[in-house]
Amino acid sequence: MLDSIFTLKESRKIAKNTYEWVMEGDTSHITAPGQFVNIKLDGFYLRRPISVADVEGNNLTIVYKVVGEGTEKMANMPVGSELLVLSGLGNGYDLAPSGDAPLLIGGGAGVPPMFLLARRLTTLGKSVSVILGFGSADEIFYKDKFEKLGAEVYVTTADGSEGVKGFVTDAMPEISYSYFYTCGPEPMLKAVYDGSSASGQFSFEERMGCGFGACMGCTCETKYGNKRICRDGPVLVKEEIIW
Amino acid sequence: MVNTKVSLCGTELDNPVIPASGTFGFGYEFAELYDINLLGTLSFKGTTLAPRFGNPTPRIAEAHSGMLNAVGLQNPGVEKVISEELPKLFEVFNKPVMANVSGFSVDEYVKTVEMLDSVEGIGWFEINISCPNVHGGGMSFGTSPAAAEEVTRAVRRVTDKPIIIKLSPNVTDIASIAKACEAGGADGVSLINTLLGMRIDLKTRKPLIKNKTGGLSGPAIKPVAVRMVYQVYDAVKIPIVGMGGISSAEDVIEFMLAGATAVEVGAENLVNPYACRDIIEDLPRVMEKYKINSLDEIIGGAH
Repeated sequence: MLDSIFTLKESRKIAKNTYEWVMEGDTSHITAPGQFVNIKLDGFYLRRPISVADVEGNNLTIVYKVVGEGTEKMANMPVGSELLVLSGLGNGYDLAPSGDAPLLIGGGAGVPPMFLLARRLTTLGKSVSVILGFGSADEIFYKDKFEKLGAEVYVTTADGSEGVKGFVTDAMPEISYSYFYTCGPEPMLKAVYDGSSASGQFSFEERMGCGFGACMGCTCETKYGNKRICRDGPVLVKEEIIW
Repeated sequence: MVNTKVSLCGTELDNPVIPASGTFGFGYEFAELYDINLLGTLSFKGTTLAPRFGNPTPRIAEAHSGMLNAVGLQNPGVEKVISEELPKLFEVFNKPVMANVSGFSVDEYVKTVEMLDSVEGIGWFEINISCPNVHGGGMSFGTSPAAAEEVTRAVRRVTDKPIIIKLSPNVTDIASIAKACEAGGADGVSLINTLLGMRIDLKTRKPLIKNKTGGLSGPAIKPVAVRMVYQVYDAVKIPIVGMGGISSAEDVIEFMLAGATAVEVGAENLVNPYACRDIIEDLPRVMEKYKINSLDEIIGGAH
């Protein structure tokens, strides 16, 4: 965990209400896909926790959806802005149990962490399949980026405006996979849990105070005791989850 | 060379800065970030007799210059605190610590203090009679002078260590509660705990926090806290640990001028994990700026 200044290098809208930022700074504490950073914004007391979409050298990429005043302020920040960023938070995904053909399932704002995970897994020579779930076609992002990695990409939209009509679980039956990784809204995670006999890892979202385990604001119960989503998570393995 | 030392209930602190209970865990996680031995002391996570999960989530909401929390005294219970948490703390911290204790009955406070009393390394008890986020206990002891005095007397009987009673600001006359604690044998009082608050989500039209209400902390509450420290200083002779929105060395001086002997830093630890270190390192500069040679000379200086 490191608190340091990042400079905003690129900011672009990539889908409806969805923005991609590339920031430059010390990324050395980001060690696993599925980790997050906590960003201090002028005028807001608590930081904004955002998952890491990609990291390469000194460049950190995040993708976020405008959902409130904080993310709206972020979307309007000019390139060149300096931000205080607490980086290297959370446990992240464990790549070891992936098997040869892992399936990655991202829903909406849960898609970004899947990208760095997919890049790491394809680098290891894994045959990666990805399901990207969105509400409608205008919300879709990163489909081409996943395809460029060589992943098999399936898109679902709730309204059927592109890809498979329905939810991520509607695309799962036609894919054979050894293990899965998922991130998205909790009802989606629950549907994935119920809809697959394979084992996997789930990344959860919760309102946080600090982001590093001090305030106990984001605690959940697991089969192995209480866990703080920010520090002991956000990734939990299927076998420990209590719904 | 300025002197930042103060004496709290007979024990000298290198400086008056203490991380507040509930914002610093059991300290060892912050020890990964900096040497926590530079702190005056620390008040560890509120401990109860039985383990507590706390409240359902969401437990946190933001406010202007502050935050609401309704964690609800999540802790592993006093037995595990003694067997698992404190050994980890004492590996990285070699000063006396402040043991923060909560309860739901006088008997629970007494039993928890009795169990912690024999632990070497505990320098003070901070008895929390002011948690706004639990039902049937917590704050209810801190909103009546008679109940506050009863808890204080009961705990006084089972320990010789200094007892500091942590007071609630959610009362009409905090000075009368402080006086009752003093009459019950308290060695000090700490104030303020969080102010009871609420925020409502315009989209869902429901409170943002599952518990509905939460405690407001952060710079937003600082003037309220300074006022209450000032009033309590006029009412009691025992030392005061002041807190409420402290985020800078200037804030430390302000609370001490109001009457605090030492201070606690709470919410700021959550937005800046280095907050206590930064404040301590900045204290000498601010003392020189305001021509303060020794911090213990300014306690109550605004009166």
